[in-house]
Amino acid sequence: MRVLAAMSGGVDSAVAAALAVDAGHDVTGVHLALSQDRQTLRSGARGCCSVEDSHDARRVADELGIPFYVWDMADRFTEDVVDDFVAEYAAGRTPNPCLRCNEKIKFSAVLDRARALGFDAVVTGHHARLADGQLRRSVDAAKDQSYVLGVLTPAQLAAAAFPLGGMTKDRVREIAAERGFAVAAKPDSHDICFIPDGDTRGFLSRKLGSRPGPVVDAATGTTVGEHDGTYGFTVGQRRGLGVSAGDSRPRYVLGIEPVSRTVTIGTADQASVDEVRTGVPTWTGTAPSLPFRCEVQLRAHGTPVACEVSADDGGGLVIELAQPQRGVAPGQSAVLYEPDPVRGDLVLGQAAVAGAR
Amino acid sequence: MTYLDHAATTPVLPEVLAAMSEQLGRVGNASSLHASGRAARRVAEQSRERLAEALGARPSEVLFTGGGTESDNLAVKGLFWARRAADAQRRRLVVSPAEHHAVLDSVEWLVKHDGAEVTWLPVDPAGRVHPEALADALGDGRDVAVASAMWANNEIGTVSDVAALAAVAHAVDVPLHTDAVQAVGQVPVDFAASGVDALTMAGHKLGGPMGAGVLLLRREAECTPLLHGGGQERDVRSGTLDVAAIVGLATAAVSAVASRDDRAARLAALRDRLVAGIVAQVPDAQLNGAPLDDVVAGGPGRLPGNAHLSFPGAEGDALLMLLDAKGIECSTGSACSAGVARPSHVLLAVGADADRARSSLRFSLGHTSTDADVDAVLEVIAPVVERARNAGMGRR
Repeated sequence: MRVLAAMSGGVDSAVAAALAVDAGHDVTGVHLALSQDRQTLRSGARGCCSVEDSHDARRVADELGIPFYVWDMADRFTEDVVDDFVAEYAAGRTPNPCLRCNEKIKFSAVLDRARALGFDAVVTGHHARLADGQLRRSVDAAKDQSYVLGVLTPAQLAAAAFPLGGMTKDRVREIAAERGFAVAAKPDSHDICFIPDGDTRGFLSRKLGSRPGPVVDAATGTTVGEHDGTYGFTVGQRRGLGVSAGDSRPRYVLGIEPVSRTVTIGTADQASVDEVRTGVPTWTGTAPSLPFRCEVQLRAHGTPVACEVSADDGGGLVIELAQPQRGVAPGQSAVLYEPDPVRGDLVLGQAAVAGAR
Repeated sequence: MTYLDHAATTPVLPEVLAAMSEQLGRVGNASSLHASGRAARRVAEQSRERLAEALGARPSEVLFTGGGTESDNLAVKGLFWARRAADAQRRRLVVSPAEHHAVLDSVEWLVKHDGAEVTWLPVDPAGRVHPEALADALGDGRDVAVASAMWANNEIGTVSDVAALAAVAHAVDVPLHTDAVQAVGQVPVDFAASGVDALTMAGHKLGGPMGAGVLLLRREAECTPLLHGGGQERDVRSGTLDVAAIVGLATAAVSAVASRDDRAARLAALRDRLVAGIVAQVPDAQLNGAPLDDVVAGGPGRLPGNAHLSFPGAEGDALLMLLDAKGIECSTGSACSAGVARPSHVLLAVGADADRARSSLRFSLGHTSTDADVDAVLEVIAPVVERARNAGMGRR
């Protein structure tokens, strides 16, 4: 097979590319240049698209003896991921940019281009298992990235390969060290790649400016504080609310209303929900017949909860949770799993959270 | 493998390899006074004399440097500093926008950090600077530190009439620098006859070693050094002479100049067949730069080994990758340090739109090129262009 290995410059994609070579594929490495201003990211903590990362990826490709190119996807990335991220926060929602990047860039723009250029598949270093078109959690539960891949369609999965899903992150680093890759001990990236300093609120305030509004207590309806912009808040957030509610009970963000710029807060009881409503779902395989029982994960690295999924009137889903959850933020993906302790939980599909109660 | 990127670098000539190997086996600093030093110095000075003769310069006008980039930096910055030191009103640089980045970025550095001003010369659609345009830009020349216009463009291969440009500059007492890295060995280059004050050349474009270059600098030209130290090279370029590289560079230059006419005729014929074959299969492919049979100042108006084409609707990067996968090596033009292709500044300077600039490929032929290389391209070019077009321009 002719495969394109997306190489970020990190250890995971380096080992994924190496394993694709070992498997006998004709592999070409590609580093995606995603930032429109590469100079600034170079001095940042670590972005997935800094000049240094591009160099790291090229070093591995040269060691593997495979062709290596840099593809400039900065315009698409800015439009589909960064601008979307800002717009979602401005609308009071909490986006997941990694999921959006997989949906719109890696397994759409990159995959389309790869196929047009004669490649059969795109290989990435994601920690997830993919076999026979079935997407499952990684054997390394702590590193599992199936959540941010839950948005992929059967056609996208048919042209994807994730060679790392069957091994732990420690094993990935061992393989990199055995092969003498300089990136073997490179730290994991935790930040959003286009916010290398990790200061999401600062990034958003530079993009959106000051948009002050009231913080309102849901129980009394009274204004208990002021804020500089609703984009600084996420539903379920507890810290940094900047208000004192008169008693010692913690307060959580219950809702964000972007037009009146109102952030509503309340107690833990009020923050708990057991019904989640979503937009139109995508499925990783054949669409299941509704209703059905499964598990749902409501944020990256969240704990899955048992649920029953049924259809609403508008093409979306209604997800009844077996245990109430806090912090179910509109904009996040509800990723549905069929539990399977042996082969790994099977990803069924996902839908964006529209609301919860 | 089909290597058609000789403008990037060309294979080392066997006689260069032999001369360098012999010299690398010897000890001796050319600045030392003992026998070993004298032996090294003799080889370096013989090389200087051979090189000067091949390029129509005096031996004392040959300054050995670390390559074309250093020579361009030394000429632009060194002449600017020296001329401004002599007369503070000389702060203006008059430069073609189609220059190599070694010139452009030196100019921009002086503008940003050292109080220089720049006047960008107009170029015609082939990328050529005309004497009248230079005369207009220079004015009375009293505020001009230095002018720079390349002998032959590294991307699209257009040759300018450098002697005419030098005459115009000298009429208002302005020195002219020319980057002749691509010109030497491909078209006749005579330093004295051209009248230019400073000329850049590099070894590895001729079959010599990388990391070896020359700045030809007229004896009367004042040039402030970039590198200070032992006072080698007329005190303009300090540093222990790399005698092996110097003998390699001189051997390559002498050989390339001696065989130039035969090779140029052979490469032009191969190049013409390549372009005709591509256009026959991809009828909307566009040749960039001067026409293949262009003439300037009685000589070729286009480098004989240069074929630069745009393939509308196909991205240069995709074309390059697909050709690379088929064992054909060529180039898209300038790339930034991270390897992200940007539209060529040369094509933008000659008035091409960004899409045309992004859809271009440079095939450059050299001393090892054969009919089989041309055949290899013509065998695959049509399906490669079609496939790259299917992949689109990577944009919406």
